[in-house]
Amino acid sequence: MISFLLNDEITTIDQARADLTLLEYLREKQKLTGTKEGCASGDCGACTVVLAEVVKHHNSTDNRLEYRAINSCVTFLSALHGKQLITVEHLPDGKELHPVQQSLVEYHGSQCGFCTPGFIMSMFALYQQEQQPDRETVIQALSGNLCRCTGYRPIIDATLSACQNKTSDKFKQSETLTAQRLNDINNQVISTDNLLVPTSRHELAAAKAKYPKANVFAGSTDLALQVTQQLQSFDKLIALGAMPELNQLIEQQHGLLIGAALPFGKIESSLLKHFPQLSELLWRFAATPIRNQASLGGNVANASPIGDMPPALLALNAIIHVDNGQQKRTIAASEFFLDYRKTALKTSEWIESIFIPFTAPTNLVRAYKVSKRYEDDISAVCAVFNAQVVDGKVQKIDCGFGGVAAIPASVPTLNTQLQGKTWSSSESFEIGRDILKQAFSPLDDVRASKTYRLTMLTNLWKRFWLETNQSTQKIETRVVHLPSADAENSHA
Amino acid sequence: MRKLIDQPRLDATPQGAAGKSHKHESAERQVSGQARYIDDMPEAANIHHVAVGVSSVASGTITSIDLSQVRESEGVIDVITVQDIPGHTDIGPVFPGDPLLASTEILYHSQPIFAVLASSVNLARQATLKAKVVISATAACLTVDQAKEQQNFVRPPHFMRRGDYQKSYAESPIQIEGEMIIGGQEHMYLEGQISMAIPEEEDRMLVYSSSQHPSEVQKLIAEVLDIKLHKVVVDMRRMGGGFGGKETQAAQWACLAAIFASRNKVAVKIRLPRMLDMMATGKRHPFENKFKVATDNQGLIQATQIEINGNCGHSPDLSDAIVDRAMFHADNGYFLGDCYVEGHRCRTNQVSHTAYRGFGGPQGMIVAEAMMDAIARKLGKDPLAIRKLNLYGKDSRNTTQYGMQVEHNLLADLIDKLEASCDYQLRREQITQFNKNSPIIKKGLALTPVKFGISFTAKHLNQAGALLHIYTDGSMQINHGGTEMGQGLHTKIGQIVANEFGVPLSYVEITSTRTDKVPNTSPTAASSSTDLNGKAAQNACLIIKQRLAEFYAQQVEGKPEEVIFTEQTVVLGEHQIAFNELIQQAYIGRVSLSASGFYKTPKIHYDRKTGNGRPFFYFAYGASCSEVSIDTLTGEYKVNRVDILHDVGKSLNPAIDIGQIEGGFIQGMGWLTSEELLWDDSGKLISNNPATYKIPAIGDTPEIFNVDLYPRANDEDSIYHSKAVGEPPFMLANSVWCALKDAISSITDYQIDPVLHPPATPEKVYNAVEQAQAWLEQQA
Repeated sequence: MISFLLNDEITTIDQARADLTLLEYLREKQKLTGTKEGCASGDCGACTVVLAEVVKHHNSTDNRLEYRAINSCVTFLSALHGKQLITVEHLPDGKELHPVQQSLVEYHGSQCGFCTPGFIMSMFALYQQEQQPDRETVIQALSGNLCRCTGYRPIIDATLSACQNKTSDKFKQSETLTAQRLNDINNQVISTDNLLVPTSRHELAAAKAKYPKANVFAGSTDLALQVTQQLQSFDKLIALGAMPELNQLIEQQHGLLIGAALPFGKIESSLLKHFPQLSELLWRFAATPIRNQASLGGNVANASPIGDMPPALLALNAIIHVDNGQQKRTIAASEFFLDYRKTALKTSEWIESIFIPFTAPTNLVRAYKVSKRYEDDISAVCAVFNAQVVDGKVQKIDCGFGGVAAIPASVPTLNTQLQGKTWSSSESFEIGRDILKQAFSPLDDVRASKTYRLTMLTNLWKRFWLETNQSTQKIETRVVHLPSADAENSHA
Repeated sequence: MRKLIDQPRLDATPQGAAGKSHKHESAERQVSGQARYIDDMPEAANIHHVAVGVSSVASGTITSIDLSQVRESEGVIDVITVQDIPGHTDIGPVFPGDPLLASTEILYHSQPIFAVLASSVNLARQATLKAKVVISATAACLTVDQAKEQQNFVRPPHFMRRGDYQKSYAESPIQIEGEMIIGGQEHMYLEGQISMAIPEEEDRMLVYSSSQHPSEVQKLIAEVLDIKLHKVVVDMRRMGGGFGGKETQAAQWACLAAIFASRNKVAVKIRLPRMLDMMATGKRHPFENKFKVATDNQGLIQATQIEINGNCGHSPDLSDAIVDRAMFHADNGYFLGDCYVEGHRCRTNQVSHTAYRGFGGPQGMIVAEAMMDAIARKLGKDPLAIRKLNLYGKDSRNTTQYGMQVEHNLLADLIDKLEASCDYQLRREQITQFNKNSPIIKKGLALTPVKFGISFTAKHLNQAGALLHIYTDGSMQINHGGTEMGQGLHTKIGQIVANEFGVPLSYVEITSTRTDKVPNTSPTAASSSTDLNGKAAQNACLIIKQRLAEFYAQQVEGKPEEVIFTEQTVVLGEHQIAFNELIQQAYIGRVSLSASGFYKTPKIHYDRKTGNGRPFFYFAYGASCSEVSIDTLTGEYKVNRVDILHDVGKSLNPAIDIGQIEGGFIQGMGWLTSEELLWDDSGKLISNNPATYKIPAIGDTPEIFNVDLYPRANDEDSIYHSKAVGEPPFMLANSVWCALKDAISSITDYQIDPVLHPPATPEKVYNAVEQAQAWLEQQA
């Protein structure tokens, strides 16, 4: 049984198709048609809704609610359990529009209005954050919502205005009560016949054994596409959202241990704290609503050749922890990806967590992504470099690339050929360039040509070398503002 | 006597005067999820859903169709092919050529072959996968070159000429040739194609269609059902975006829904999944254009030859008028000298390309801008100087290539004002300096104008009707032929009506566009819906005002022509009466409180035989200045700042007009930058979903984005001397493309004009950078 608050009503679902999306559920079963279908693939944001869940505040006994925008079109119902699902219809307080709604009206931020409910929900989630957003933050929060009419300017202004002049809304006023209602729900068991929600490794192993063909999912942002785009049906699905080991984030002495099922939204701040140089990848990883669902484990398990995070995991020498309920083992990221969409994971296994070792503060780390659009696009090429340079000499260079081979891949010869070289000498640049020129034979596809991809490998290498060799005269190398790109320059 | 409504009360909300920034009439309902689109309407209990089965090849002959497993699939109620269509099987809007369902010949990839009716959307879609259709593929014509080689055209060519352009060209000292391959554009309206048909008594049909042209949907449904037009009512409250994509191409889905509704006597809904919507409906036409331009030593144009080739897809659809408009706009704001413009309508095995904001205008105008850049680089001058030099003159050099005199030309002054307000010259110097010291990142700047002709070039479409009812409490309903797709048309029409009667906007309800209220309407297109329907609505107001004035004048023994409607009051000399009260008295006095208004645009004519005339009532003008940065290592770029000054005449609603300008600009920027349509070798669209086809996202909005309205009333007698605003701002984005070229050109110290075919994706920018660098190396 899945229990949740649908806006203000305690709602339970006993029986439903495993692959029923939240969007279908809202529009067809609940007739809540404010939430729209634009693409049914998590790319446009017209279906955005907000999930509120209880977080324990560490220095108080109060329970706070955390609000996250998600795409309802790529969400299965298990994601709702124990949470408050908020749709656009619920925002007004009686006849009074919510401040974000009122602001969008006043700034003339809706034209055809079809994307508007989705924008409103992303604005609402941002409104509930504690800090006052700046323009960058607003853009991040709304990065998953497409509007074809306005050109976005009035939406940005409306969001800034509403969030910079916040008043206590009805959600704030009833926060404690809502949290209490949600806490009461949380004590109940949650599997349905079709949608299995194991809560321990033994249950998960048993579920996998009983239904060997059932897909296992965390965020469902990829799996749901097989339902909405390829019209496949899944009788049984296994959700990882209630597995304790898969949903914890531990800052260990030597690195971060990230539960495989945790959505990016919940690991972003830790990742950025320890790996500020990954900001570009995280900032450009899909868009906010997808990041609020999609997990690092899913990103790794899918083994997409592009993958966004796997190149970083390769460059940072991450270790994948896997489990089958009986036995746990670890696999180095460099040995995890075997072939196109094929991994070292056995059928009985799942990814439990991913360990990313901290890099020395002196390491030169850069993560780059090239695509047609900055927000919510898939890389033509992704490149992550991690160079350990001591006294001007290269000690070690690790790297990871996406979009250039059948799997996310590294180039170990870069390390063997450059060890001991003076990093600032142009010879170092040239050796790397010549290696990367030969390293891959990528394909032509809808995102880029083979030639462009090859050139980007060497040019991103050049960018890396230039950026990490700048002395007094700073050469500009980027056209976009990257909040924390300069973070480690002070070390270099 | 029956009782009238109690106490007509005065409304406390502000006046509905035109010229004010009223919010969009649906804004509150939109932000709260209450605004209803077709998919949100309450459904009849036994409603069924349609899905279509489509071709997997671009060209071929169907050798066999086996739909038995489709029929047996779970939930399936009915399956139809072309044989099951009772009436017309061709729904071509102007010329024939658009089969509702394929007969034997396959004309494009994803062409609908059959349709399924099932009890749910998913079951209908899943059933289509079970069809066994065998198609014997034939060689597809997929490019403009192939079409031209095969002399494969959907319509005959058209020509415009002036003077002896060959002689002038030969005699001019500067001669430049160029070629442009211009990408198309997916509409990506957020609400996809959708229609719901409800059968009524006998053969009558009520259809809700997300369409810019309800009257055409009505006509085509009547034709495919083989019934008279008066049996069909099409209702359209609002679209979730149209942009031209629902002008002709909403009809196919409405017709399919109506056929199923008619056959099965049930309510039927069809909603295309996004990917099919992108693959099975037409786009902005890709064009391949060539130019030859000759100037004197200062860069003043003497002769021009422009060849325009539209990739029309498999059928004419609206391509005749679209290629015409590209030809009408190949001058943009510039005098072409002795000239020859030819336009070809190439037939390819692609989906039939269709109307899209600008309607061919952008693909013509960008040639003019390409010529300006080319001249400037050749002569080593700032492109802005060349643009200003070649603007249409006041007394000479003031006639277009189609013989229309450019009157009331605002461009020179508008450009001067923008050039000053955006600090063009200072920034030009700063950017040149920046580029000298920045080896990787280069900046570019460009200021380009827009001159856009307003009117349908098909003369008969320049007419409109409106129907106004005033009820006994003084509230009124206005209905007109235009459709609301977000552009604020209904808001503006409401303002016009409120303004005429001097009542608040809350008195005026704009009801859904319905073919049973205003008949034989034109599509909501060509930017002209406020011009046409606004005047028609005003006309309806004037008729009722005249009746009320006569009635009141008789009561107080005054002159009807001196009656004034203002501030919810009707005033005649020293007499006055509350508007509501006069309405009640007029009703008792048996004065008709309902009227229909009509309007047709004056002055326009065009002779296709001679390629001469005045196809446009007036021109709308604008200019924009864009600053960009490009990364020469990757081709990535950022639009850093945009300044726009745009002419909307006397604005009916500044907020809505600015919304159109900003939105049009960003949409145009998408067309010229990240929106890349790619077909594979078999003719299948591969950028067929929003994951692979990238429209601008929120981060692409320039951080500095200054938009101002040029303060001058329309010299022509348009509605309150406003100007059309739907399409013209789209082409303001040309400055982004020119600025990207400017940045690339800086690599060569502005000596070459880089080849950069739009859309300028990072990859294409990078390739142009490489070419510029190679040129530089050659010089060394």
